[in-house]
Amino acid sequence: MLRFIINRIFQVIPVLLGITILVFSMLHLIPGDPARTMVGIEASAEQIEQAREELGLNRPLHEQFFSFVGNAIKGDLGESIRTSLPVTEEILNRLPITINIAIGATIFATFFGMLFGIIAAINHNKFGDGLTMVISLLSVSTPSYFLGLLLMLVFSLHLGWLPTIGISTPIHYILPIVTLGAQAMGLIARMTRSGMLDVLRQDYIRTARAKGLPERVVIYIHAFKNALIPVVTVVGLRFGGLLAGTVLVESVFAVPGIGRFMVEAVLIRDYPVVQGTVLVVAVSFVLINLLVDIIYGLLDPRVRYT
Amino acid sequence: MDQQVIKRFLKRKVSVFGGLIIIMFILTAIFGPLVAPYDPLQQNLANSYKGISSDHLLGTDNLGRDTLSRLIYGARISLGISLASIGLALIIGVSLGVTAGYYGGRVDNLIMRFVDILLAFPGILLAIAIVAILGNGLVNTMIAVAIFSVPDFARIVRSSVISLKETEFIEACRAAGASDIRIITKHIIPNSLSPLIVQATLMLGTAILIASGLSFLGLGVQPPNPEWGAMLSQGRELLRSSPLVAIAPGAAITFVVLSFSLVGDGLRDALDPKLKN
Repeated sequence: MLRFIINRIFQVIPVLLGITILVFSMLHLIPGDPARTMVGIEASAEQIEQAREELGLNRPLHEQFFSFVGNAIKGDLGESIRTSLPVTEEILNRLPITINIAIGATIFATFFGMLFGIIAAINHNKFGDGLTMVISLLSVSTPSYFLGLLLMLVFSLHLGWLPTIGISTPIHYILPIVTLGAQAMGLIARMTRSGMLDVLRQDYIRTARAKGLPERVVIYIHAFKNALIPVVTVVGLRFGGLLAGTVLVESVFAVPGIGRFMVEAVLIRDYPVVQGTVLVVAVSFVLINLLVDIIYGLLDPRVRYT
Repeated sequence: MDQQVIKRFLKRKVSVFGGLIIIMFILTAIFGPLVAPYDPLQQNLANSYKGISSDHLLGTDNLGRDTLSRLIYGARISLGISLASIGLALIIGVSLGVTAGYYGGRVDNLIMRFVDILLAFPGILLAIAIVAILGNGLVNTMIAVAIFSVPDFARIVRSSVISLKETEFIEACRAAGASDIRIITKHIIPNSLSPLIVQATLMLGTAILIASGLSFLGLGVQPPNPEWGAMLSQGRELLRSSPLVAIAPGAAITFVVLSFSLVGDGLRDALDPKLKN
């Protein structure tokens, strides 16, 4: 098992290094002079020079890279051009909101996705199956930024049940969580359905039924547990994706999380913030996937030997 | 595509329905100027915030612009971005995938590690990072969506090239003295087309989602261009007064994405019936 974990960690290192190189290169791939782009065309030569100095662009490239990596490992992602505050501090202030939404969306997607998947499987080829699959197909195809606006229109503007924007109370989390989780819910519903249908055809389910066990026990105790393994992986892998999905949802509901922070930084060309936020989200995604992989290996010994 | 494949595809009614919707949107995009009742950019403040009427079937926005006309012209931009970016992604992805799969070894390792790194950026994040570098606008949005889509094509092509290059007919070609380029272009790529067609169809929908998402965030196509995501972004401000300004492009994106996904699924079943069973 230890060998499996060490192997997986070693596989992730080059990817992390690659992400760091790409994020570092962002500043150098900007067409023209990044310092001039950042301060604007009306800036004086002095201001441009100052920006170059602040970004460390006057130093040799390899020196810039090693200092970027070294600082990033120490948790120093530079300073925001707009606020002059450390980027790490700005991200840490916003990260809890984003994580709360991503966790909430994962729980929402898992619960309702599994529920719809089971309903569809036990009503295979009946109305319940068709309806839940239409819902899941629609939820997968509807962009989160449109779904968010629709939910806001119905539940906030028409019915007045939920707040429109911001995140000051727990109730404010409901719409962003549902919006973000809907797509994953559709995917989980489809996976649970096909997993359940596969399992329900197995011999041991026939045996369980032949023993005279009530259908509920057969479905929830015997079938569901075994249909769960692939679903657990999807849930874990989706969590990382949901973290990135918050970019759109936070913009819809004006939530001051890391995603909206990133978009605002791109719009005003605050490159240290763009680099910092992209790095944090991408690295988190890779590390979460690594964690899911390891947990999956712990749960299912077959994975360790593939 | 042979008769059998077409027959199998036509048997799947939902996919045919999706195909018809896509054809309808494509025709709308092509004949936009002929069917749109108004100029999509023409402002008429006396006509602002109008609801559904015989003059304006989907109402008007805060500047009095006809929502239906903007939606029709938007189809040109959104579908155009999707087609162009997936075309570009296909060229780059297929080239990378074929090179990696055919030559193997270090070249394969280098290309696929690069692809892995691109895949490590979840969802729309990679597209945002590219726009942060290139800046916003129509062409940069296309490039961002294309780069976002490259890894999927590269991986698919690579895996089919790896399985193909060990087959007897490729060995026979090599023994007959065919050059690498000839083997790749005449034999390997044509035989890898099925999974590519399916993936490209599915990715056309994803490309619209990503491009519209970028425009919604203000990072893609800029107003007053009637790109669907940009329209949705504008519609957010008018949700209370003119909800149709947001609902119309949002529904259009959903329908097109859903249709591409239905057609993609149908093509997968039709091209590879084993997979379905």
